[in-house]
Amino acid sequence: MNRVLGPAAAFFLFLATIIPALALDIGVSAFTLKNGMEVVVIPDRRAPVVTHMVWYKVGSADEPQGKSGIAHFLEHLLFKGTAKYPPGEFDRQVSRNGGDGNAFTSTDYTGYFQRIAKERLALVMELEADRMQNLILTDENVLPELNVVQEERRERTDNDPSSLLAEQMNAALFIAHPYRKPVIGWMSEVVQLTREDALSFYRAHYTPANAILVVAGDVTVDEVRTLAETYYGSLENSFTPTPRKRTAEPTPIAARRIVMSDPRTPTPVFQRQYLAPSYPSDEGHTAEALDVLAEILGGGTQSRFYQDLVIRQKIAAYAGSWYSGDAADYGNFGFYAAPNPGQDIARLETAIDEVVARLVKEGVTQAELDLTRNKLLADTVYALDSQAALARMFGVALSTGQSVADVLGWEGKIQKLTVDDIKAAAVRVLDIRASVTGILLPAPAPQN
Amino acid sequence: MRNLFLRPLLFVLLVVAFARPAAAIDIQKVVSPLGITAWLVEDRTIPLIAMQFSFRSGGAFDPPGKDGVTHFLTGMLDEGAGTMDSAQFQARREELAFKMGYDAGFDFFEGSFQTLARNAGPSFELLKLAVNSPRFDPEPLERVRQQFLLGARDDSENPDRIASRAWMEAALGGHPYARALNGTEPTIATVTSADLAAAHKRIFTRKTLQVAVVGDIDPQTLASRLDEIFGGLPETAPEADIPPAAVAAGPSVKVIARDMPQSIIVFGHEGILRDDKDFFPAFVMSQILGGGEAASRLTGEIREKRGLTYGVGASLVPMAKAGLFLGSLNTRNDKAGEALELVKTVMARMAEEGPSQQELDEAKTYLTGSYALRFDSNNKIAGQLLGIQQQGLGIDYVTRRNGLIEAVTLDQVKAQARRLLHPDRLIVTVVGKPEGVQ
Repeated sequence: MNRVLGPAAAFFLFLATIIPALALDIGVSAFTLKNGMEVVVIPDRRAPVVTHMVWYKVGSADEPQGKSGIAHFLEHLLFKGTAKYPPGEFDRQVSRNGGDGNAFTSTDYTGYFQRIAKERLALVMELEADRMQNLILTDENVLPELNVVQEERRERTDNDPSSLLAEQMNAALFIAHPYRKPVIGWMSEVVQLTREDALSFYRAHYTPANAILVVAGDVTVDEVRTLAETYYGSLENSFTPTPRKRTAEPTPIAARRIVMSDPRTPTPVFQRQYLAPSYPSDEGHTAEALDVLAEILGGGTQSRFYQDLVIRQKIAAYAGSWYSGDAADYGNFGFYAAPNPGQDIARLETAIDEVVARLVKEGVTQAELDLTRNKLLADTVYALDSQAALARMFGVALSTGQSVADVLGWEGKIQKLTVDDIKAAAVRVLDIRASVTGILLPAPAPQN
Repeated sequence: MRNLFLRPLLFVLLVVAFARPAAAIDIQKVVSPLGITAWLVEDRTIPLIAMQFSFRSGGAFDPPGKDGVTHFLTGMLDEGAGTMDSAQFQARREELAFKMGYDAGFDFFEGSFQTLARNAGPSFELLKLAVNSPRFDPEPLERVRQQFLLGARDDSENPDRIASRAWMEAALGGHPYARALNGTEPTIATVTSADLAAAHKRIFTRKTLQVAVVGDIDPQTLASRLDEIFGGLPETAPEADIPPAAVAAGPSVKVIARDMPQSIIVFGHEGILRDDKDFFPAFVMSQILGGGEAASRLTGEIREKRGLTYGVGASLVPMAKAGLFLGSLNTRNDKAGEALELVKTVMARMAEEGPSQQELDEAKTYLTGSYALRFDSNNKIAGQLLGIQQQGLGIDYVTRRNGLIEAVTLDQVKAQARRLLHPDRLIVTVVGKPEGVQ
């Protein structure tokens, strides 16, 4: 099933000569306010709307011991009001001005955003700047919201066996580093979070010098600069952020294995994750090589997993791989697969290991690299169609220690990768001692 | 994530085009030499072309005993076409890096296609093959069958799917809308290449084709592409239709026991069709009651005040042959009865009193102001334009829509609340171990 890309070779030569400019060369600007708050502006003049985001360089990996979930809980509580905008007013102001908004928390960052008509950019800046420093929390607000986040955990994690497996695997992959905790928190700790916990976390992490403003849409850099200086530039820092220091993982010496049975799972699922470098923590170009490797190994119908396990051996209904390289300290490289009805999951795992071993031993072909590079570069063009996705891309990078230049340089680094780079990354990362394997099996209901 | 806005509640939901006052978008009606019509927004800003198209024939038309064959077809349109077998087609597709996907609801069969402008010619050539001459070769057919069998087995124990299916069965039992859209293991097992060819012949006709295109392409080029891609399709297929659905009279409660920490509650009753003359006042009313925003009454009472759920919503669901009012929430098992009572209380108060003038005003400024947010990418605009065509709302709808919202009066909304909301007739399905639900 090695369909050699005969017609493709000529095609790629052609492409290499006509790509006129890098897709991300769209006039992204960046500057820093006097108080240290970073600003990124991404032009998109196609519709008279803006995406306004404020990112804080704080996430679940920065939580105090015993307080898992506080970063995410605080994210919810930031909607609970200030002296100027009492409870409910934030959402009301945004929605009655025709805006939508939401917020999100990761291991490394917490972000807040609104999408709204461009004339309303000043309004959302004022609202966001106000709650950076003036949050008022009362038990009347905090206690119902603590129930909401418990319901969120039940809905997104406890009700879903595959989410539970992912949580278990994550806690096994990371032995010492705080990435082992779920962002939403362990239920036993979430139920004990308090108003005081939230306020002390807020005071320790929410300040302009620890924040990034990203505006994408129908605005100019000068317009954003003027507004940002007015609303955010006038804020005083309440503390000086210091570099984040988290416990490093010990050298991985033992493969880990999680086998979970759940009656809500009618069909078995295979998962594997390897500890990997991330873009911010990688000095060379291993992260870029891992993005390519994930595609070659399991990124589409031409991938090794699909061709071997789905098409040739017919033992998997699906099989793929992925690389998550966005986090500040470590990345994850993963596989997933499901056996076809009647096929044995142990045999599937063996077949996966054989595909991986062959790739690590022999490396990848130039044709595979060319095809994948072309796809990844095409993806950056597709990304231009969503201003919200672009804003998010820069927000993630800047809140995890990368720069605007790093993001803009990605396409160039992808173009320079060689087959040797991909093999070296595979050898480095696909080490079973640095992995956790997860198996989800159907089962009768457990005894309580 | 703070809010789970408008989580996909029932996989059968149509995306209804409540378009916005969108900005200055210039929609052109392009008619090809062979008479294929498309709505086009030409925008050269980024080198991409988005095309979305649909046919008015979905899974509700599956032949008896072949539930899911239309859905099966969605998985076969990139598995070989014309002279290319599956391996050749997929290899070429990856080289060209275009995106192509198909989706079948009960009422429509939809295609979504995006290509880099520089690869448009050869990419549209593959789209043409997929649309006109898909092959249903044995190897890919059996491979895709295994994938759908696995999916059907997963669906059979997916609590959200169980709750939705049970609700549709309780409300519309006997109607095609209550069938298994994606099929079941026994029906998927029997699908043959002849069944797929028949489904393709039934669905892919010029008569019900609707097309929306946005991006880096001019009207003349599009006109010739339309003929290349769709011009070879037959004009019509034998007429088939499904009857109007009668929604069951509630109240009813069905509990499906599953050992999990939260109960999934789906509730609703009869609603209205999209062509109802009072659709807009009814829509604004449902937005105030259960729209995704923090300000909705259901969210205020059940989430904000009491912390009983991460998300609750309710809305009108106008399908082609059935009007539904449908909502859902998840809550811990021991609070299920309390949460469901709150839903009824909130509905009853809205039915009796309607919203306040201030609630109405704020709902209107939200709905009109946020309309433009649906038009900020090529792909989103294409989706909006296709939805407007599917609902038969007219090419000027984008400019008229906000006026229709603004014209809604408080008396109209109160009248629709009285007319449509019947908490004493709710059809309820619950999956979990709920307490206090009878």
